[in-house]
Amino acid sequence: MALTMDPHVLARLSAGRLVALVSGTNGKTTTTKLLAAAVGTLSGVVTNEGGANLPGGLVAALAGGSRGVPAVLEVDEGYLGMVAEVARPHVIVLLNLSRDQLDRVSEVRMQADKWRAALSRLASARVVANCDDPLVVWAAGTAGSVTWVAGGQSWRGDSAGCPSCDGHLIYDSGKWACGCGFSRPEPDAWVEDGVLRMKSSRPGFSGDDVAAWPIRLPLPGRCNLSNAAMAISAAALMGAGVKEALSAIASISEVAGRYSLVQVDGVQVRMLLAKNPAGWMELLELLEETKRPSVIAINARLADGQDPSWLWDVPFERLADRFVVASGDRCWDLAVRLTYANVPHTTVPELSRALLSTDGSSIDFAGNYTAFQDLRRYLAGRRPAVLGNTSSQTPIATSTSSPLPGIIADHPGTDPEDRSSKE
Amino acid sequence: MRESVLRVVAVHPELLGTYGDFGNAIVLVQRALWRDIPAEIVEAKSGEPLVRGGDIYCLGGGEDGPQARSALELRSDGALASAISGGAALFAVCAGFQLIGESFTGPDGKRQQGLAILDMRTRRGPGLRAVGELASFASEDLGVDSMSRILTGFENHAGHSDLGAGVAPLGKVLRGVGNGSQASEEGAISGRVIGTYMHGPALARNPALADLLLSWIVGPLDPIEGEIEEETGSLRESVLFGVGDRRRARRRRSLFSKRPFGLRRRSGVAGE
Repeated sequence: MALTMDPHVLARLSAGRLVALVSGTNGKTTTTKLLAAAVGTLSGVVTNEGGANLPGGLVAALAGGSRGVPAVLEVDEGYLGMVAEVARPHVIVLLNLSRDQLDRVSEVRMQADKWRAALSRLASARVVANCDDPLVVWAAGTAGSVTWVAGGQSWRGDSAGCPSCDGHLIYDSGKWACGCGFSRPEPDAWVEDGVLRMKSSRPGFSGDDVAAWPIRLPLPGRCNLSNAAMAISAAALMGAGVKEALSAIASISEVAGRYSLVQVDGVQVRMLLAKNPAGWMELLELLEETKRPSVIAINARLADGQDPSWLWDVPFERLADRFVVASGDRCWDLAVRLTYANVPHTTVPELSRALLSTDGSSIDFAGNYTAFQDLRRYLAGRRPAVLGNTSSQTPIATSTSSPLPGIIADHPGTDPEDRSSKE
Repeated sequence: MRESVLRVVAVHPELLGTYGDFGNAIVLVQRALWRDIPAEIVEAKSGEPLVRGGDIYCLGGGEDGPQARSALELRSDGALASAISGGAALFAVCAGFQLIGESFTGPDGKRQQGLAILDMRTRRGPGLRAVGELASFASEDLGVDSMSRILTGFENHAGHSDLGAGVAPLGKVLRGVGNGSQASEEGAISGRVIGTYMHGPALARNPALADLLLSWIVGPLDPIEGEIEEETGSLRESVLFGVGDRRRARRRRSLFSKRPFGLRRRSGVAGE
């Protein structure tokens, strides 16, 4: 890795400011953006909005901000312990843990154990943790102070066994417990019918008080309401007013291109990202709200994990009521999966053509990491042609002149925008 | 025509299903249904007695702890071994493959007793984990199309498995590690039992293997025609020859540096 980091640099840049770290398998970038907006109601804020979540990216973000300004940083799961040890965060947000890129990342149970060990050495940090995810609850068990947020968990493929005793976890109406006594903590904050309810996490509240605030969030889906609840709870610990924080996040409608709407030759495309089975469980809920045609693009490059076996963990059967276009480097893996799931589909490897391969004037695009970046870069590259108002000159007609890049990410932590500028 | 429903049992999917291994049960059932053979998936959860009366049992991959727990349960239950001796078929992948042998390495590094369905011993390999594409040449002819003898999958394991004298390898390794033995063996085949290190949707990538398992239960099968065979062909070409991703294919070495068995890259359909 090019940016081998001197921990002292990160320690020095973190000193003298409030630091919040956000980590987990899914929702890091979104929650970081929401939390940064919420903390921004107090003062300026330094953040790594582009998703550069490895130590080098954190150093770059911190070096670009003024001294003393609070920092809200997204951190790769594997680096959380190391970063927290030197950055001495005031708040650590733990979203969820599930299988992701198994060909290069350690087993998810092992990751939870590593978090647990790291948190035991960080007694001063206040942890905001998802009480619906048993692996997160296990990891946060050694922390000095925990605010539990009901952050939801649609994917249970990695938490059938008890992290504490290896017994069976029993799930019942949103709660879970094991015979050994390990069970879901009562949440301090939760979302009910679009209303955020919080217990005693603010100074001046007594333990029994519950306050309720309606959440107005342009970002769609249950997972983003959870991300908002995590972010607002963390912002409150950083000193932000809940009302002000909620009003700040009400203006966020896209996150690094995700959830944004773009026009491509008369087709309106909603851009969505999901990288792993847990992310797909959330995304399927979004897709099911309509029967819009979907273009799904799958790559298996280094930054995605080179083993797309996880496609078989996703219940694509749920898309059987719509038309799907399979695209991306691994479009044939997806096409085969869709056929076995009885989903009507066609296969168009080139993204640019795939978008125009449905009858729909309004479609969903869902890609995994580098497939999503491919589409963003393609859209950025064709913008001049659109402005030139002759759609026939857009590069999509010939695949040879496609601006799609040949080589992409070396790691999700590196900034995609930086990479694209090199090409 | 078969009257009873073909039962495909996914054994302990919550313990042995780390790499989408449930997909193998989906593939078996769909390929039966497409031929008008009634079929269903039965999930056999851990902590409960193993489902009796299954026709094909599937074991998937898993982490060390869950693997040891699954082996312990299945051994004390005993129903899997008796189902196999009663004529049921077994498809076991990765951790599931290891645990049907005589022994394997547990999470504590110690030797664990397996189900002894296969004469095979697995120990921790000397080198790094084997992670990557795995290709092998099947020991027996799996179909009319000679291409189907090339087996393709993805492996991710640290174990080395030595087969006993009475067990044949499923194939000979062309790329990757497989069993890690001197003889470049991959997997095992013995009676109606198939084991392999090709994890995840191995049967989706290798439908000839799926049909072999089905034919053991229901007899000779009609070919499946239509989209799935074309899509599977494109998938196999893309993973075996890299034609699914032409931009990268130029940059990386060919799968078979020596091009064994006279394989040639066919004109690319997948790269279109």
